[in-house]
Amino acid sequence: MTLLGWLQILLFFALVLAVTKPLGLYLFHVFEGPTQPLPKVLGPVERVLLKLCGVDPKREQTWVQYTLSLLAFSLFSVLLVYLLQRLQHVLPLNPQGFAAVGPELAFNTAVSFTTNTNWQAYGGESSLSYLTQMAGLAWQNFVSAAAGVCVAVALARGFTRRPGPEGQKTLGNFWVDLVRGTLYVLLPICTVYALFLVSQGVLQNLAPYRELTTLEGVKQTLAMGPVASQEAIKMLGTNGGGFFNANSAHPFENPTPLTNLVQLFSIFAIPAALTYTYGKMARDTKQGWALFAAMSVLFFAGVAAAYAAESQANPAVAAAQVAQAGNMEGKEARFGISASALFATVTTDASCGAVNSMHDSFTALGGLVPLVNIQLGEVIFGGVGAGLYGMLVMVVLAVFIAGLMVGRTPEYLGKKIEAKEMKLSMLYVLIFPLVILGLGAVAAVIPQGVSSLNNAGPHGLSEILYAYSSGTGNNGSAFAGLNANTPFWNISLGLAMLAGRFLMIIPVLAIAGSMVGKKTVAPGPGTFPTNGALFTGLLVSVVVIVGALTFFPALSLGPLVEHFLGQAGKVF
Amino acid sequence: MTASSKPASLFEPALLKQATLDSLRKLHPRDVARNPVMFVVWAGSLLTTVLVVRDLITPGPAATPVWFTVAVTLWLWFTVLFANFAEAVAEGRGKAQASSLRKMRKDTLARRLVDGREERVPAPNLRKDDLVVCEAGDLIPGDGEVVEGIASVDESAITGESAPVIRESGGDRSSVTGGTKVLSDRIVVRITADPGESFLDRMIGLVEGAARQKTPNELALHILLVGLTVVFLLACVTLVPLALYSGVKLSGTAVVALLVCLIPTTIGGLLSAIGIAGMDRLLRKNVLAMSGRAVEAAGDVDTLLLDKTGTITLGNRMATELLPLPGVRMEDLAEASQLASLADETPEGRSIVVLVKDTYKMRPRELQAHQATFVPFTAQTRMSGCDLVDPHPRGIRKGAVDAVIKHVEAQGGAVPPALRETAARIGDAGGTPLAVADGARVLGIIHLKDVVKGGIKERFERFRAMGIRTVMITGDNPRTAAAIAREAGVDDFLAEATPEAKMELIRTEQAKGKLVAMTGDGTNDAPALAQADVGVAMNTGTQAAKEAGNMVDLDSNPTKLLEVVEVGKQLLMTRGTLTTFSIANDVAKYFAILPALFMGVFPEIAPLNLMGLTSPYSAILSAVIFNALIIIALIPLALRGVRYRPLGAAALLRRSLLLYGVGGVLVPFIGIKAIDVLLTAAGLA
Repeated sequence: MTLLGWLQILLFFALVLAVTKPLGLYLFHVFEGPTQPLPKVLGPVERVLLKLCGVDPKREQTWVQYTLSLLAFSLFSVLLVYLLQRLQHVLPLNPQGFAAVGPELAFNTAVSFTTNTNWQAYGGESSLSYLTQMAGLAWQNFVSAAAGVCVAVALARGFTRRPGPEGQKTLGNFWVDLVRGTLYVLLPICTVYALFLVSQGVLQNLAPYRELTTLEGVKQTLAMGPVASQEAIKMLGTNGGGFFNANSAHPFENPTPLTNLVQLFSIFAIPAALTYTYGKMARDTKQGWALFAAMSVLFFAGVAAAYAAESQANPAVAAAQVAQAGNMEGKEARFGISASALFATVTTDASCGAVNSMHDSFTALGGLVPLVNIQLGEVIFGGVGAGLYGMLVMVVLAVFIAGLMVGRTPEYLGKKIEAKEMKLSMLYVLIFPLVILGLGAVAAVIPQGVSSLNNAGPHGLSEILYAYSSGTGNNGSAFAGLNANTPFWNISLGLAMLAGRFLMIIPVLAIAGSMVGKKTVAPGPGTFPTNGALFTGLLVSVVVIVGALTFFPALSLGPLVEHFLGQAGKVF
Repeated sequence: MTASSKPASLFEPALLKQATLDSLRKLHPRDVARNPVMFVVWAGSLLTTVLVVRDLITPGPAATPVWFTVAVTLWLWFTVLFANFAEAVAEGRGKAQASSLRKMRKDTLARRLVDGREERVPAPNLRKDDLVVCEAGDLIPGDGEVVEGIASVDESAITGESAPVIRESGGDRSSVTGGTKVLSDRIVVRITADPGESFLDRMIGLVEGAARQKTPNELALHILLVGLTVVFLLACVTLVPLALYSGVKLSGTAVVALLVCLIPTTIGGLLSAIGIAGMDRLLRKNVLAMSGRAVEAAGDVDTLLLDKTGTITLGNRMATELLPLPGVRMEDLAEASQLASLADETPEGRSIVVLVKDTYKMRPRELQAHQATFVPFTAQTRMSGCDLVDPHPRGIRKGAVDAVIKHVEAQGGAVPPALRETAARIGDAGGTPLAVADGARVLGIIHLKDVVKGGIKERFERFRAMGIRTVMITGDNPRTAAAIAREAGVDDFLAEATPEAKMELIRTEQAKGKLVAMTGDGTNDAPALAQADVGVAMNTGTQAAKEAGNMVDLDSNPTKLLEVVEVGKQLLMTRGTLTTFSIANDVAKYFAILPALFMGVFPEIAPLNLMGLTSPYSAILSAVIFNALIIIALIPLALRGVRYRPLGAAALLRRSLLLYGVGGVLVPFIGIKAIDVLLTAAGLA
């Protein structure tokens, strides 16, 4: 580890810290304000869009209506992206003349982009037309991110709304939230962001691929396309689905150290800001900062571990008497160890999944960090919206486990946490072990699963666990080393992504629906404080314990065993 | 109360014997199935037992040595037994407490009135609305209401108070409790509860594990525990194929051991004992609760409505000062006050005599020596005093200031303005002025004051620290009320309280989302008792009040409300601490068992064996033994409840997290290592 490496990490965090309050306030105005920003310019657009869809913006929805709207919209999205892929050979904007995508892969990709996962079992530049990329994938990058924010805002409303005497049953209107999130937040920022990326050398054209002869005299095809526009939302919406197969390691996606920093920053920007928005909604910004602090502690723990692990020389390479400045395998020389370790941590803290280095080539412990980050539920800032609602479920658990110790039945923000919320939270918590461990266990013993592995032994197990963790966690990054484009993997991962998105969103919205009508008691000296350092510490422990206790046995057979075997000179 | 064996030892031998038998009886699947966490342990034990049998029948090169499987199996069964034992001990203690109350109402023969004729029936056969006759010497056969007659009743069996009380039809003193004894006269009692539905019967139900319904918070906690159990079940079951991939063949025994150690058996095994013990603690304070829900609600109470009289003040006003008018000698006022009060048996009267004697060193004199006649207080005169003949005829009076003024003016006396001024000053300070007159001459004023109970202020401070607001309810005027409220340190007061005003106050508080607790005894308290979240009715109160509330205090002591709140808080805190402890324990258990499982195939992971346990077998066995023993070790804590501390929530949480969270991580590291050392020393490694 070097001082310069740490300075990069600290600079990145300082930027995130700086944007949290202003962007958080902006989001608060967008979703909760009486009037939205830029009423003259964007207001009419919003009204026309809602009118076209026949939505009355004043009509709020109950949690069931809200959930059904979201599910209906998602089903429509899956079908749209599926059909675009299946029919791309007859649709325009296909200069390379790519054929239709096969049914399993098209299903996998449609699910992947609808669930904000962006798991890519395909190579973008070698199989998708520009239309599919833009109208299918980039479109989903926007709306799946906005849908995540909708769920977070709805849950926040559930906790923070104070019901009147007749009780409160509604959580807002999904369609209104979806339009506002896209129109006021994602689109304007991405417009500026994409222009910045173009200025740094990111591609933005609809041209056919170019044939070039390199200095060495070899013929090379350079892929082209509308990259910058997709790249911006890929990061800001924590989507992570690269235009190119190499993702942010590709120089046309992420050409300079500056774009690398901005890409990292844009992953955390909205998730961090949402904590402030939440505090604002709770009428106590310290509530939001407590969540921010818990996320920050976990972020620094992860990045320190990953950076330290990657700074170690690979014992196998060291044995070959090669001088190394740490583990550079699978990393871009222009980013180096610090920025690669940081990128791997950030992209898995959030459910982004973009990569600028190959996680498969990390040391055993270095690769453990992204895996654990995902398995903790991607609550370390997390996906846009998904991070906040995931963390709030952890808050419910923390409040319940420790809250009794103050001699009152558990309450959060003055609302009681009762059997119903506990049931829903446990359903949420169960999805991860059920899907990741369940499918992982199946894949580890059946030939359809094991045959896709490039590596044997514990490293192969890490690849399996990573794939299902990434799918269920809606992360989308790959450990690589696993040929996921087989019917078994496409379908099982598709199911994992669906479960990880919707089976978790439904209980979250149900919690929101159950909480929103509860009476609020003003906090006093006798109530459990959830806005201080003590609570932050408790929350961190609960996140770690719930995650670690669940996955520790499986991890000990994967990265942990690999680490100790590696120390003893055994490689896979 | 007869059962005032209050600080009974936690483990009486007879109780333990019964509990041991009960814990075996509770191995029945029907009983175990009530607790899903322990059911998993039970099923796991059964599975390893089958494995033991298999290994014994087909002895071959078993993957694991038979002694190991046998040892793990035994300790798994012990785990179930220990949890059963905890519940049985709690139940036993509760039942012992309740049965001493119940015993009284058996063997009684009731005299039931049917169409005007009496017939003898055993008390348990009485139904609601039966009429029974009780005469001097009879035990009252069941809870009921006096519908005819008046009698003195000895309630010492219930309250421990030896002085008999009057029970009469109509009014606020009509309620009688089964098991109390009529000392004089004859009453007809209407039975108000069917057998099995009286307060006592319900309370007994609350301390019996089998019949007990889970309280709302207990249910929520249960869901958490079941959820965690399913998570660990998934983690352990999937570990088998994952290990198989890695070339590790896990034995059934080892997987069951890992599962049992990980699922929250500590809190799962003690949860029902904690609940029963909470009810039992309440019972020991002579409070009967209608439901466990009410006890939990007591822990949540935000606002306490406390009647001034009897709870905050001693109940009677006491003379604290004599204030002579200008030109009157103190001795004259003191003498007149004493004479006017000597025959006055009211507490106020007695307090005047005591004040004069103690402060003004004037010994009481014999009234007869002065040929005095006592003039008692009446509602018309609102004065009392005495008329003397010797040495010269005098009429001495004390009483309400306006009454005395009228009395003096009627005899042609003048009233100096200083009298009214002094009276107003006392009134402002929350006291009651009593004017004293000798014939047509006003001498001065006796200052009567409500005396706040000792220690009550400190007690309210404790509640304030916990965020509980205290509101004093009194019929006094606002000035008086404010002064007493200030002195007692309550947060707020409701003066000139009517039942309607009280009800309104409860509603307003509840509308703000607060939980309200109160005590009451009269029929006019009933609506408020029903509206309050915790309503403690006095046993001496009316049947209506008792039915409206959700608890009954057998001692009829309004201060008990404070203790009820503490019991509720203690119950919740005990659950919280043991849950935290139980979950924190898992960290160490992982480090004991996981290296042991994989060390055979991957000896390189030895560094994960943080505790340096001797062998894989001793490691797993030590974790299982620790897991079982910790249940036994925590039974006393579960039964007594964690000590309740009047700290703010933040301080309390910091303390508990340190003790039970951090402690919960560390203790098993030490415990498991110690057991491993012992096992190694015993050659079992």
